[in-house]
Amino acid sequence: MRIVFFCISLLVTALLLFALGTTTWTPLALGNFLSPQHGIWQNAEPAKQSFDATLHFPELKGNTTVYLDERLVPHIVADNDEDAYFIQGYLHAKFRLWQMEFQTYAAAGRISEIVGDVAKDYDRGKRRLGMVYAAENLLKEIEADPVSKAEVDNYTAGVNAYIATLTESRLPVEYKLLGYAPEKWNNLKTALFVKQMTETLAGFENDLPMTKALAYFGDAKLRLLFPQIADALDPVIPKGTVYPEATVHPIPPASKDSLYIQPDTTTVQGKLKEINKPNPANGSNNWAVSGNKTQSGAPILCNDPHLTLSLPSIWYEIQMITPTMNAYGVSFPGAPGVIIGFNDSVAFGFTNSGRDVKDYYSIQFKDETKTQYRFGNDWKSADLRIEEIKIKGKPPIYDTVAYTVFGPVTYDNSFPASEMPGKALAARWKAHDPSNELLLWHYLDRAKNYEDYENALQYFTCPAQNVAFASKSGDIAIWQQGTFPARWNRQGVYAMPGEDSSYMWQTFIPRSENPHVLNPERGFISSANQRPADSAYHYFIPGEYDLYRGIEINRRLAAMSNITPQDMMKLQNDNYNAFAETALPLLLNYITQSSLEGMANQYLDTIKNWSLNNDINLTAPTLFTLWFKNLERQVWDDEFEKAGVDKMRPSQPTLIEALLKDSAFAFADNINTPQTETISDAVNVAFAKTVATADSLASVNKLTWGMYKNTSIYHLLKTKVMPFARTGLMVGGGKHVINATQHDHGPSWRMIVHLTRDTEAYVVYPGGQSGNPGSPYYDNFIDKWAAGEYYKAWIMKKGEEGSDRLVWKMIFKKG
Amino acid sequence: MKFIISLILIALLSFAFSLYLPWWSIAIVSFGVPLVIWQKPYLDFIAGFAALFLLWGGLAWYTSSANNHLLAEKIAVLVINKNSPLTLITITALAGALVAGLSALTGSLLRGIIWKKA
Repeated sequence: MRIVFFCISLLVTALLLFALGTTTWTPLALGNFLSPQHGIWQNAEPAKQSFDATLHFPELKGNTTVYLDERLVPHIVADNDEDAYFIQGYLHAKFRLWQMEFQTYAAAGRISEIVGDVAKDYDRGKRRLGMVYAAENLLKEIEADPVSKAEVDNYTAGVNAYIATLTESRLPVEYKLLGYAPEKWNNLKTALFVKQMTETLAGFENDLPMTKALAYFGDAKLRLLFPQIADALDPVIPKGTVYPEATVHPIPPASKDSLYIQPDTTTVQGKLKEINKPNPANGSNNWAVSGNKTQSGAPILCNDPHLTLSLPSIWYEIQMITPTMNAYGVSFPGAPGVIIGFNDSVAFGFTNSGRDVKDYYSIQFKDETKTQYRFGNDWKSADLRIEEIKIKGKPPIYDTVAYTVFGPVTYDNSFPASEMPGKALAARWKAHDPSNELLLWHYLDRAKNYEDYENALQYFTCPAQNVAFASKSGDIAIWQQGTFPARWNRQGVYAMPGEDSSYMWQTFIPRSENPHVLNPERGFISSANQRPADSAYHYFIPGEYDLYRGIEINRRLAAMSNITPQDMMKLQNDNYNAFAETALPLLLNYITQSSLEGMANQYLDTIKNWSLNNDINLTAPTLFTLWFKNLERQVWDDEFEKAGVDKMRPSQPTLIEALLKDSAFAFADNINTPQTETISDAVNVAFAKTVATADSLASVNKLTWGMYKNTSIYHLLKTKVMPFARTGLMVGGGKHVINATQHDHGPSWRMIVHLTRDTEAYVVYPGGQSGNPGSPYYDNFIDKWAAGEYYKAWIMKKGEEGSDRLVWKMIFKKG
Repeated sequence: MKFIISLILIALLSFAFSLYLPWWSIAIVSFGVPLVIWQKPYLDFIAGFAALFLLWGGLAWYTSSANNHLLAEKIAVLVINKNSPLTLITITALAGALVAGLSALTGSLLRGIIWKKA
């Protein structure tokens, strides 16, 4: 009888142990997860913990002290460069390891390894875009140069030195939730990270939707719907600038008009199924004002990069002091150097250029083996690259990607660009070409003057950026820097024939001919992703450009004088909607108020009396935004749906300029109805729809701009871990507004640098230095950022080691 | 007296083993102690249960308090959809307690068979 009881007890105990120890029904073994000495409780860092430490590593060449201030910003004081990069790697890993790893797995198309085959198409897309190929090419150049090789080697060693200290119980939270462990870091992962940022900024194009639209609209109409230059353009480089004559003149192929610009339904057939594209709103603001316009006489440089807001933040604040540099700013966990910031002589900031650097070429394979493709009169051999995609819990899949003279054949029969496979399409993307962007930052972090900055730019080929510059000696400048193909008119707007060399990129625009300006008369430089130059620039430069932020920034800076850093903080947070300034009068012109009643009448009055500020407590911004969006749908949806293009639409500036110019704008007509609608009809129908939406929003208290926009910062794992996100942030601004904060996208870093003798910098980002959701430093900057406030950066000088701003010390010793 | 010693021993050894071994070493400890300090099975069960309820519950509570319950709040919502660190701590305590209690019971019953046979 005892034996029976014993066996039952043994069985029940074993079952319980199995239930808590298995990962078959949960991603994590519950017993391990809950054990206070092994699992999630280990990540509940004591709020008052000390970060003091003394660490020994054989890789170090000397002794370094890292001073951590009360915001957990590290100030690295090293006696040589290599150790500084080692320690930067160590700190990035200590505070942000999971994020670095996850982002580089994503770049490499390896997410299926972590989350299973739900990510299969995502991973295939990354491989087919040639992300790993691009990273390999970058890495070759990085390792060929002794300067950048030393940087990445030491950075990698630092990351791995931290990983080596991790036990299973000390792994970051996300590893425990997803049930995996970190790999060793290597130089390729840094290159992958750089290419991921490159894709984010230089990976957007609409070539395939345009090709599809071409079949329906024809090129003449598309030139109107997607104009190259907006009427109201206030370019990055001031209007009236005289550009040198172009020294390179690409020659269009003979078949351009008969073949390329002609509607062709065979290239893209059926509904488009493109790889996930980056957010076209990935952009930024930057500007610099010269000492002539400031109260102090010293220049001020400002930058706020606009990216998808995430936790952990894309940025990690840092200061690096070595004998060759003293740089402060934000860094990318995953890569060495200070990316946006300043040093003891100069300041620098970046905005996205928006220039198109990715084109598609149709490929004709000899047969389904994809081993050969037509090129001229021959069949050329393709390089077949077999991508192994490992999948958690399942056998790996293998995807064969053919590489041609253009680049990888991203879309083919096995991975079509549309529902019905059309032509095979190879991607010619500047990001695939060898380059060494790490050197840009190496030299920029150490730049002392304009010449050093201009010299550093030669290493920056892709992603192309508007790089703003200001120096303590008084110079301000901006260069749109990148390596751009010299295009013949309309080249690259649509997918091009790839059966021979006639449509290939012929040459690149010489760097000296990139739009740039030094110390302009107007006393300031700025960029906000608008077209870099007006029609006076001699090259064809298609791209995804914004318009109104640039107009507003320039208008305000031109009017300002005696500028202080506080003025700049107000400007970065300005909520004025310059697009509404143009669009609202037109909408009000066409609305027939007499036919409105009740709430509709009230809403219209609200809009009429709007200050044009996208403030959180106003309902007018919501009403206006909805009204214009509905108008766009009224105007465009009928034609574009017929064309089979479901996402791409002409921009909002294009629509408003077209309506202002042409009161009989033909697209206002709804082609699905027998009668001919006018602009007035479209505006009124749009308003009626807006009223209905507004009523339902108002009933749940979501009509005010702050509630409607619901600015939120999601964790990288998005809705799977909502407790790790911050939602409901009351932040104003939006599209077309200097404060470019949308629902989950916006200023990921705000920086104001006052280049006085002892630099003053005001900074903030929506996150925190620690990537651990269990740390008080995970999101402690968010409220300040949301309120439009800044921290005064503590810019440590050598010899200030005793300052009481510095709270903890990490001492790194050789051996 | 035996009960107290048994309880303390299970708690201490579980803590010590868990410094070097995986979480289920608490099962090994809880199984082993009754083989040496034998009581009636139900007492061994309670000793194991209470030892780990106090150990895991205590450790979790101490850790979480020092953390101002920042992580516990988030994990509680994630795992049990309730913003209650205390619930998460209690679940933790219960998990350890059940494993230890059942292991202790099993050990106790085994000892009973062996001892009777001897």
